[in-house]
Amino acid sequence: MSSEKNSKSISVTLRVWRQAGPNKPGQFVEYPAHNLSPNMSFLEMLDVVNDELTVKGQEPIAFAHDCREGICGTCSLVINGEPHGPHEGVASCQTYIRSFADGEVVTIEPFRAAPFPVIKDLVTDRSAFDKIQQAGGFITARAGSAPDANATSISKVDADLAMDAAQCIGCGACVAACKNASAMLFVAAKVSHLGILPQGQAERDKRVLAMVNTMDDLGFGGCTNQYECSAACPKLISHDFISRLNGDYIAASFRSMFKQAPAQTDGGAG
Amino acid sequence: MNPLGHLFCSTIGRKVIMAVTGIVLIGFVIGHLVGNLQVFEEPDRINGYAQFLHTLGPVLWVMRITLLVCAGLHIWAATVLTIEDRKARGAVDYRTKTWIQATLSSRYMRWTGYVVLAFVIYHLAQFTLGSVQSASYKENLPEYTMNADYHVMGIPVVHAGTHVHDVRSMVILGFSQPIVAFFYIFAVGLLSLHLLHGAQSLFQTLGLRNSSWGKALRAIVTLACLAYFLGNLAIPGAVLTGHLKLNPASASSTP
Ligand code: HEM
Ligand code: FES
Repeated sequence: MSSEKNSKSISVTLRVWRQAGPNKPGQFVEYPAHNLSPNMSFLEMLDVVNDELTVKGQEPIAFAHDCREGICGTCSLVINGEPHGPHEGVASCQTYIRSFADGEVVTIEPFRAAPFPVIKDLVTDRSAFDKIQQAGGFITARAGSAPDANATSISKVDADLAMDAAQCIGCGACVAACKNASAMLFVAAKVSHLGILPQGQAERDKRVLAMVNTMDDLGFGGCTNQYECSAACPKLISHDFISRLNGDYIAASFRSMFKQAPAQTDGGAG
Repeated sequence: MNPLGHLFCSTIGRKVIMAVTGIVLIGFVIGHLVGNLQVFEEPDRINGYAQFLHTLGPVLWVMRITLLVCAGLHIWAATVLTIEDRKARGAVDYRTKTWIQATLSSRYMRWTGYVVLAFVIYHLAQFTLGSVQSASYKENLPEYTMNADYHVMGIPVVHAGTHVHDVRSMVILGFSQPIVAFFYIFAVGLLSLHLLHGAQSLFQTLGLRNSSWGKALRAIVTLACLAYFLGNLAIPGAVLTGHLKLNPASASSTP
């Protein structure tokens, strides 16, 4: 997009969720944002508004951000009802002012889900995702010198599929978009990206059972196969991975029924 | 957790229960429709068929109990999941509520499901128990005498001359009341809508759907739901438009 074409500045009204702290009541407050360059990012626009608030001695709007280039998963705004705003496959930080009309009222809300409590304004606590990861989102591997390249052969299709799943930046937009606040797309991506690769086989069943269990315990809802999650995902992770997660979970539950348990589980080499 | 715990306590397990019971219920509603469409043939057909089902005795009861258990589990899982899903959203909901790509049928699964449940209760009261519209209930109608044998897979199961319930007249008299016919059409319409999402969703739940054949699945399910709706529309539709009439013998003796 040429900058010439988008050089006309625009003004919008922001309608922002303000909440002083966890468990405090919150409300929407309107702020004018004038003379914005269309090529400004949405977060830069918030920076400008916050500067003005600070100068006026008011509390700036708290919002989460880090890389601002769509790779870290920290930014987390629901803009006009859509997590990460109007564009497909784009995080909040990569959303630009040119996507909004002059004079528009833009509603900004935090991600809403019981397991993602609001910390302040638009910032939510998404450490529930870390707990799911800790339950099984890893492999056990020998540390030390790197293994020979290509020592383990992996088909191109599997490598590509695993990479599709590994795109997940853990932002939580899937949960925010889902009417049930389900974390299935996130869990599906994490379970699949390890489960498709040979390195992930040793802990495959244990992983899927533990991660789904933790997801349920943390209070995320169930999947109703409406695919709002994949539509909101800034990395466009496919809901095909949810189908794969379901299949993996069913198979692992079934296998766990007939699995022989070792006589003793303590001791050994670690 | 033991495997039964996985099935009944996890979100995925409960969805699996819904999918499997959904498959049984789909099998039933299709079989039920195919059986009912015999109403368009000579009266021997549907009346012989109804008599045949009753001669099954214990087998009929096994089928009835299986269906009741499946319906019960399906509704239990739907209700428990719905309550949990609402709770997961949290105390404060979005101010701007939007849908990005969820289909219409998927958004109304709870509505279509519970209205179908209400309909099924009325339907059983009308045609199975006779507690509503009892004047036209099969046990209160003159019996029908079979003109010829009724065959199932080439075996004669109901013989000519047998006195059987006049199910055909019961159905036609029942649907002659427009309000009953319209409620039926409305309910099967909602059931078709329920299945438009449900019959695709179950493949996803069982881990069998992916985008390599997801479009084909959607097309097949859409056509099947349309055919199912039209097939069900045909019976009350034909009664209301006068294409399906009482057989002269029973018409003269109707109460
Ligand atoms: C003849 C009757 C019925 C049939 C054939 C049927 C079939 C199905 C099927 C196949 C599914 C998909 C399961 C899945 O997502 O894996 C489903 C889902 C569902 N059904 Fe039914 N159902 C019937 C009656 C009912 C009733 C009476 C209710 C009322 C509670 C109900 C409520 C639901 C709900 C809430 C869903 C979940 C939708 C979702 O999670 O996306 N259904 N049904
Ligand atoms: S701030 Fe890192 S992805 Fe948006």
